[in-house]
Amino acid sequence: MSEQKTPRVATKMVPVQSHAIVPDRDADKSPVLECHHLGIDFGGLTAVNEFNLMIGRTEIAGLIGPNGAGKTTVFNLLTKVYQPTRGTILLDGNDTSKRTTAHINRAGIARTFQNIRLFANLSVEDNVKLGLHNHINYGMWGGVFRLPRYWHEEKTAHERAMELLSIFDMADLADAQAGSLPYGAQRRLEIVRALATNPSLLLLDEPAAGMNPSETAELMDNIVKIRDLFQIAVMLIEHDMNLVMGICEGICVLNFGEVIAKGSPAEIKSNPVVIEAYLGKKDKKEGA
Amino acid sequence: MKRMLSTKSGKQFLITFCAVVAAFVVMQAIAMAGAMSSMLKGQLVPICAYVVMALSLNLTVGILGELSLGHAGFMSVGAFLGTTTAVALQGAVPSPTLRLLCALVVGAVFAGVVGFLVGIPVLRLNGDYLAIVTLAFGEIIKSIFNNLYLGLDSHGFHLSLLDNKLHMEPDGKLIIGGPMGIGGIQKIASFPVGFALIVVCLVIIFNLVNSRAGRAIMALRDNRIAAESVGIPITKYKMMAFVTSAAMAGAAGALFALNFSTIVANKFDFNTSILVLVFVVLGGLGNMLGSIVAAAALTILPEALRQFASYRMLVYAIVLILVMLVRNNPAIQSFFSRFRFGKKGGVQE
Repeated sequence: MSEQKTPRVATKMVPVQSHAIVPDRDADKSPVLECHHLGIDFGGLTAVNEFNLMIGRTEIAGLIGPNGAGKTTVFNLLTKVYQPTRGTILLDGNDTSKRTTAHINRAGIARTFQNIRLFANLSVEDNVKLGLHNHINYGMWGGVFRLPRYWHEEKTAHERAMELLSIFDMADLADAQAGSLPYGAQRRLEIVRALATNPSLLLLDEPAAGMNPSETAELMDNIVKIRDLFQIAVMLIEHDMNLVMGICEGICVLNFGEVIAKGSPAEIKSNPVVIEAYLGKKDKKEGA
Repeated sequence: MKRMLSTKSGKQFLITFCAVVAAFVVMQAIAMAGAMSSMLKGQLVPICAYVVMALSLNLTVGILGELSLGHAGFMSVGAFLGTTTAVALQGAVPSPTLRLLCALVVGAVFAGVVGFLVGIPVLRLNGDYLAIVTLAFGEIIKSIFNNLYLGLDSHGFHLSLLDNKLHMEPDGKLIIGGPMGIGGIQKIASFPVGFALIVVCLVIIFNLVNSRAGRAIMALRDNRIAAESVGIPITKYKMMAFVTSAAMAGAAGALFALNFSTIVANKFDFNTSILVLVFVVLGGLGNMLGSIVAAAALTILPEALRQFASYRMLVYAIVLILVMLVRNNPAIQSFFSRFRFGKKGGVQE
C-alpha cells in the first residue's frame, strides 16, 4: 500500500492525451478527473476559459497562478459551488453536470477552503463525524428513539473519527471546540474532515497560507502521507513555491482565467511564459 | 449511555431534565397540599404550552439558525385541529386523557404538515426568507381560522368559508364558528399531560441534536458552504428541523386550547409569536433550560403583576429590559459561570 513512499522525488510525467499529462504510474488507470473546455462567465466577465485538465489516480497536482487568476474559481467549478457556463467535468469518467455540491462530495471530491470553514461551535470529533455523515447509516428516527442501530453506527463513527484524528496527531483534541483550536490545527482539522468523506480527489485551497516554514514542511509530509496512505489524488492551490515545487508532480499555471502552462515542476520553473506572468516582461529582451 | 451523559450536552440534558421534573414534583406537591393560589393553578397548563412553544422555537432559531416570526400560526393550527379532534371524539372516546392525547397527536401532525408546506418553497433559499414567509403565514392562518366554519353531523365534517352555508343535518353541531372560534370546549388539558409533553419534546430535541441528523442541522447553521462541501443535503435537514419544530408547536397549541372553554384565532397573532421569540432570546439561543425558565417566568409575570393594575405592562417591560441587561453583563456572567458544571477542560470523559 505504501511501498511508494517517495516524498519530494520528481515523478516522470507521460502524455496520455493530446492536452493532458499524468504520472507514469497512473498512465494505465483511468484518470480521476477530466475537465474539457471548462469555462464560466460572471455577467460579461470571463473568469475561467478553456480549462482542460486531467488528474491521475494518485497524482499530487498543483494549480498556481498570480492573484485573481481564477484558481479558486476552478475549485468552485469542480465542486459545483458555481455551475460552469461551458465545458464538461468528468469525475471517474461520469459527467457531473446538474449535480449539486453535496452530490459532488458523495461522488468523490472533498475540499478545504482558503478561509477556513469549520463548524466552529461543534467539537473536533463532531466536525470529523460530519465528514463521515454519508457513511453513517441511520435516519432521524433511529436517532430520536435511540434504536440499536444508532448505538452501533455512532460507535463505528466514533472509532473511525478517532482513527483519522490520530493519523494527524489530533486525537487528544477530540473534545475541544473546533473554533478554539490554534490556526494550524484548524487547517489540519479541515483536511481531516475532508478526508473523512472518503474522497477519491482532495482539493486543498492554499493549505499553507499563514504557516511558518516548519509548519509548511510538516504539511508537505502530511500531503504526501495522505496520498500514500489513502491512495487518492490531491490537487492544491498554493502560493508557496517551495511546497508546490517540492511535492507536486503535475503543475498547471493559470493566468487571467486561461491555462498558460502545464508540466512537471522543472518544466514550469524554466517556462518563460510562467516567469513572465509572475514577474513581468524583461525589458528589451526576448520574453515569450 | 454512560458516554452520552458524560459529554457536555449530556450533562446539560441531565440538569434540564432534573430541573423540569423537580419543578413538576414541587408544583404537584403544592397543589396536593391545597396551598396553591387559584391564579397559579389556572396558569399551570398555559405555562406548559408556552414552555413547549419556547422549546419548539428554540429548535428553529437556536439549533437550525433560522428565524420564524409566525410560530403562533403553527400553534393555532394545532389548537384548532386538536380541539376539533377532541370535540369530534367526545362520544367515541370516553377517557378525557386519551382524548387529549389524540388531540395533541392530531395537532402535531397537522402543524407538521403545514410546516412542511411552508418549508417547501422557503427552505430552499438562503437568507432571511423564512422570517418573512412565516410572518405572512401567521397572518394568513389567522385570517383563515377567522373565516372558517366547520360543522359535524351524521354525514361527517362540513367545511365552509361562509356563514350558514354548511348544509348540515338537523343533528349537526357547529365546531369552528368563524370569528367566534371554538366555544364550549371541555377543559381536558391537565398539568401532568402538559409536563409529559415537555419531557417528550426535551427528549426529542436532545436526542435529535446528539444524532447524525442533529449534527448536520447544527453544521449548516455554523457554515452552510462547508456543510454542502461534506455532502450534507441542506434543504432536507432544514426541513427536518423545521417540521419537527412546527409539530411541537402544534401539540403546544392543542394543549393550550383544551385548557380554555373558548378559543379564537386572534389569540394566536403576531404578538404571541414575538412573545415566544422573547422567551427564546431571553433564555439564550440553543439553551433549552433557559427557554423553559424564561417561558415559565414570563407567563406567570403578567398575572403576578396584576396588583399594579394599569401599570402592569410598563412594569413587565421594565423587568424584561432589566433581565436582558443582567444577562449581558460580563461581571454577572462571570459570577454565574463559577457555578457551571465541568469548567473548561473538565468535561472530558
